[in-house]
Amino acid sequence: MKALLVAEYRQGKVQESYAELMAFSGILGAESSMFIVADSTVALPRFQGTLYVAEVSRYDEYNPEAHKSLLLDAIAQEKPDMVVFCHSSYGWDLAPRIAVREKAAQISEVIAVEDGKFIVPACNGKLRRTLTGKGLLTVVTIQAGAFSLDNLPDGIPNVVPVVGDYEGMATLLGYEEAKLGGVDLTRAEVIISAGRGVGKPENIVMVEGLAKALKGEYGASRPVVDAEWVTHNRQVGTTGLTVSPKLYVACGISGAVQHLAGMKKSEFVVAINTDRDAPIGEVADVFAVADLKQLLPVLTDKIMAL
Amino acid sequence: MKLLVCIKQVPDMESKFRIDADGVWYDRGDLAWRMNEYDEYAVEQAVRQKEQAGGDVTVLCIGSDQVKETMKKALAMGCDRGVHIADSHSYMKDPYQIAAMIAEFARDKGFDIIFTGMQSQDRGSGQVGVMLAELLDMAAITTIVDYTYDNGSVVVQRELEGGVKAKVKAALPVLVTCQLGLNTPRYPTLPNIMKAKKKELLTIEAKMLQSTDSMQKTVKMALPEKRVGGLFLEGEPDSIADRLIAILKEKTSVLA
Repeated sequence: MKALLVAEYRQGKVQESYAELMAFSGILGAESSMFIVADSTVALPRFQGTLYVAEVSRYDEYNPEAHKSLLLDAIAQEKPDMVVFCHSSYGWDLAPRIAVREKAAQISEVIAVEDGKFIVPACNGKLRRTLTGKGLLTVVTIQAGAFSLDNLPDGIPNVVPVVGDYEGMATLLGYEEAKLGGVDLTRAEVIISAGRGVGKPENIVMVEGLAKALKGEYGASRPVVDAEWVTHNRQVGTTGLTVSPKLYVACGISGAVQHLAGMKKSEFVVAINTDRDAPIGEVADVFAVADLKQLLPVLTDKIMAL
Repeated sequence: MKLLVCIKQVPDMESKFRIDADGVWYDRGDLAWRMNEYDEYAVEQAVRQKEQAGGDVTVLCIGSDQVKETMKKALAMGCDRGVHIADSHSYMKDPYQIAAMIAEFARDKGFDIIFTGMQSQDRGSGQVGVMLAELLDMAAITTIVDYTYDNGSVVVQRELEGGVKAKVKAALPVLVTCQLGLNTPRYPTLPNIMKAKKKELLTIEAKMLQSTDSMQKTVKMALPEKRVGGLFLEGEPDSIADRLIAILKEKTSVLA
């Protein structure tokens, strides 16, 4: 079996996530080739195999129409059985275009492979679905962090340039960086995080209170930051920070995969949630089935009294 | 300006899910249904676009008769007309089949902007919007968290990993897929709910549209295996707090 892996290049850098694509391909026992739109004079992914390269100076970092056409050219040359993307802002944007043009099945956000079939999450991670593609070619996106290698792959690829007279319909105007500063959650040993379950902004003080009692920091999941109850520099998850404290307490956080990706390396995880089926349970060492509004004040008082 | 917003009806994600008798989907009985969260942002943005530059907003939904309830909410939020593609088996159709049905309806309608959610909460594939644009040969920009329209073009911000955003511009026609954080969807007011009842809601039978073959096969659906070693604490808050403190003392160094 042959897998064409689609690596990513952003803000002048090859994204290390290409190692996850290699790990996935390794599990399948596939022969890997790779495609990237990058600056070949600066840096390319290191691995052993064929690397199709289109120059970013000509095709830009985000230009889905042009990237699609270039990748279709690479597919035509390589004739893979599978095209693999990261389930990322680059991958989920490009993969469906390839699936349509190749009349291929697309299987999104694969978390595991079982007997050659793909397992994906459904219903916010509450369910698992096992599926297969029907055609000769299958397009796959893999969940961030689901497949990993101990070390980055190494080797000098055999570079095959890809060029074509392709224009785009969308133009990248620039990037805006996250505003960090002040607190640095990535260094905190204890993080108490607030999720949707806190209910209203006034309840954030309960989360903050427990964080203080444990000499830690408070954080939040995406919806709480979007509601502007907590600033973005405290957001844990794919679009925020990746943290690995000694203790992580998830208060009223259901545990969407994007959040889990940001905190699952924590040493010890406590979940406080009224819904005992919440997917946060998958990573929790202890799951307190309780209303955080009742539990947090009691817990904080008892810890202060120690 | 002609605007289309595509929505899906999904179960409330707080529901307790069970697997159906065939073992390939969740049991659809006994669930509370609502508009897919990401589609609410799409509806809101479509209505704001109309309020800014004028036009007509069509809301489209595929499913059995029960999806009309969700469509009524979109109409009450400000969409002008509804198109219901009646298909009681749509939940078993794969993203390509769904995109192909919408594309067949939309192809000759000349929509200038199409709004969809970035993904559905139940399948979470994130494919239908982009596939639809691809089938219609129009630009697609995914995962937008900011949107402005000016003089025939949209400028949006795409949400990338690590808190970075990319600013992207595209001329009409364009399809955008909407992400949490784009806007705060309005609540339908009572007068608007009443008005929505009089709005056009056209039903098209799915069998009137060309059918396409499915590209993928669901082998099974299951509940995830619970992590071994995870301990559940239940009871009164006071008792849970005591047990939790004992565990933290034993298993971590944070109370040392």
